[in-house]
Amino acid sequence: MSTRLYQRRKLTNAVGLTLSSAAMALGLIGLLWILWTLFYNGFAALDLNFFTKSTPAPGTAGGGMANAILGSLMIVGFATLVSTPIGILAGIYLAEYGKTSKFAAATRFVTDIMLSAPSIVVGLFVFALAVATVKHFSGWAGSLALALIAIPVVVRTTENMLNLVPGSLREAAFALGAPRWKVSLAVTLRAVRGGVVTGVLLAIARMIGETAPLLFTALNNQFFSANMSQPMANLPVVIYNFAMSPYPDWQQLAWGGAALIALIVLAINIVARVVFRDKVQA
Amino acid sequence: MSASAHPTVGQTLNRDSEIVAVHGAAQKALAERVAKFATQDKLFHAVTLGFAALVLVALLGIVVSLLFESVPVFRKFGTEFFYGTTWSPTDDVYGAAIAIFGTLVTSTIALLFAVPISFGIALFLTETCPLVLRRPLGTAIELLAGVPSIIYGIWGLFVLAPLFQQYLQPLMIATGLPLFAGPPLGIGVFTAGMVLSLMVIPFIASVMRDVFETVPPVLKESAYGLGCTTWEVVRNVVLPYTRVGVIGGVMLGLGRALGETMAVTFVIGNANRLSSSLFAPGNSIASTLANEFAEADPLLHVPALFALGLLLFVITFVVLGLAKWLTDRGTRKAGI
Repeated sequence: MSTRLYQRRKLTNAVGLTLSSAAMALGLIGLLWILWTLFYNGFAALDLNFFTKSTPAPGTAGGGMANAILGSLMIVGFATLVSTPIGILAGIYLAEYGKTSKFAAATRFVTDIMLSAPSIVVGLFVFALAVATVKHFSGWAGSLALALIAIPVVVRTTENMLNLVPGSLREAAFALGAPRWKVSLAVTLRAVRGGVVTGVLLAIARMIGETAPLLFTALNNQFFSANMSQPMANLPVVIYNFAMSPYPDWQQLAWGGAALIALIVLAINIVARVVFRDKVQA
Repeated sequence: MSASAHPTVGQTLNRDSEIVAVHGAAQKALAERVAKFATQDKLFHAVTLGFAALVLVALLGIVVSLLFESVPVFRKFGTEFFYGTTWSPTDDVYGAAIAIFGTLVTSTIALLFAVPISFGIALFLTETCPLVLRRPLGTAIELLAGVPSIIYGIWGLFVLAPLFQQYLQPLMIATGLPLFAGPPLGIGVFTAGMVLSLMVIPFIASVMRDVFETVPPVLKESAYGLGCTTWEVVRNVVLPYTRVGVIGGVMLGLGRALGETMAVTFVIGNANRLSSSLFAPGNSIASTLANEFAEADPLLHVPALFALGLLLFVITFVVLGLAKWLTDRGTRKAGI
């Protein structure tokens, strides 16, 4: 028996586990580093002007993001209104009717791919559908693009949540003579409403930061406007344009916008996890 | 209705004929309600089915519209579009090779760094992490997955790129390898790949963690019982057992990296040139789309960009489809 073999195995183990811990540390450092620079650079820009003034003209100091904030709220708001019912109903179909059918399997496959599919392609599709046909960019087109991105998120969380409902709960409702739609809506969906809300929240978090599909659907608008039929300012596109600009004032605003988006996304993620976690498992 | 079936109770039935009548009415009302429920159920089924179908139709719509819009460019350039190395809107000549090359190179760099780091994170979370920390650290990694790509982009442009320019790239250029030639610009293909790798780490790591958790404890305990070290257990039991799922996770990361737009667009440098140096600015499919689409000329430039989009969609669809198939197989094993 050679002790050298044992020493080598011990050493390999130590090196492997150290590297693994280092990888974990690297991931955490990455997260903290991004957050720190974001808030360090961003909070300076987040003053009253940021929320009350519109985006400034090139090279001028001051200004804020009011038009972009309003635009983002409206675009994401409408996209949420459209995608939530569609996503929930499609999710119900997959969970309650689509256990074995080929159609449901295909839908499930497609939704899973759409979850990770490049969002810029969705932008192209909506451009062909809703921009090229009417010959101008619009907030509605932006909403449509975001809704297409949100639907798969809602579908999959709804289905996964409904699959957690014990069969006995459905059977009990059926035994009382309830029709199937009532069982679905008033019993099973109700039992997992926390989880479904989580899904909707996560979809909103996803939409708020989504830039690529808005680049050529909602485009941008320098002025304060609530008209969804016209090009519309929105946070991600303004951040992109301003960050890539040579003006330090604009870059400062871009940091502020990025910090705002990151705050909202992190808050939603944390709320979704902490507040609704127990209800999901119940 | 049961009178003829049970002649022996005929007498009783006669006496209770009133009850039977009431019972009959109730039954009729019940039948009506059941019929109503049945129609409502059919309707509900149809509505939910319709919305599920909508998802499929949307996918089909994407493919059809991209194909339709890119027809002019394929008519003009044919298959040369895929390997042409000139992308020049001013001359109206479009070849996708530069963008395809940029996409592949950035994704390769991303995976080169992301796969080992993700493996380390998954190993840490499933094997060595103290139980108390397991949940918060797992959540932190998932939060990293939720950070919008534009945040990675702006961070890469203003924080990572200057650091690379000042410290990392001069060192690498000093090695004299043609791969690291040229001036240290900070931005470029290499930086884009690094930002991408940070972006896909959380996706790969969480899939790996999930499949690592499907390994039956008895297998690992047997290996430990034989005197294996943690590293040996992971290397010889966990990895072979979860191989399919791990590959699936890597493919998912690849799918993400190929199609990622903003994180790349910020730092890749937007230059339609082929270069053997990783430090040169370049373009990926997605960044070309983001940079040029809004101002493109509708005659041939826009169709060319649609063709790029179609190409990207087909590639990512295949990669993600494969990833899903593999991860499904990887996690289903848990049930056996």
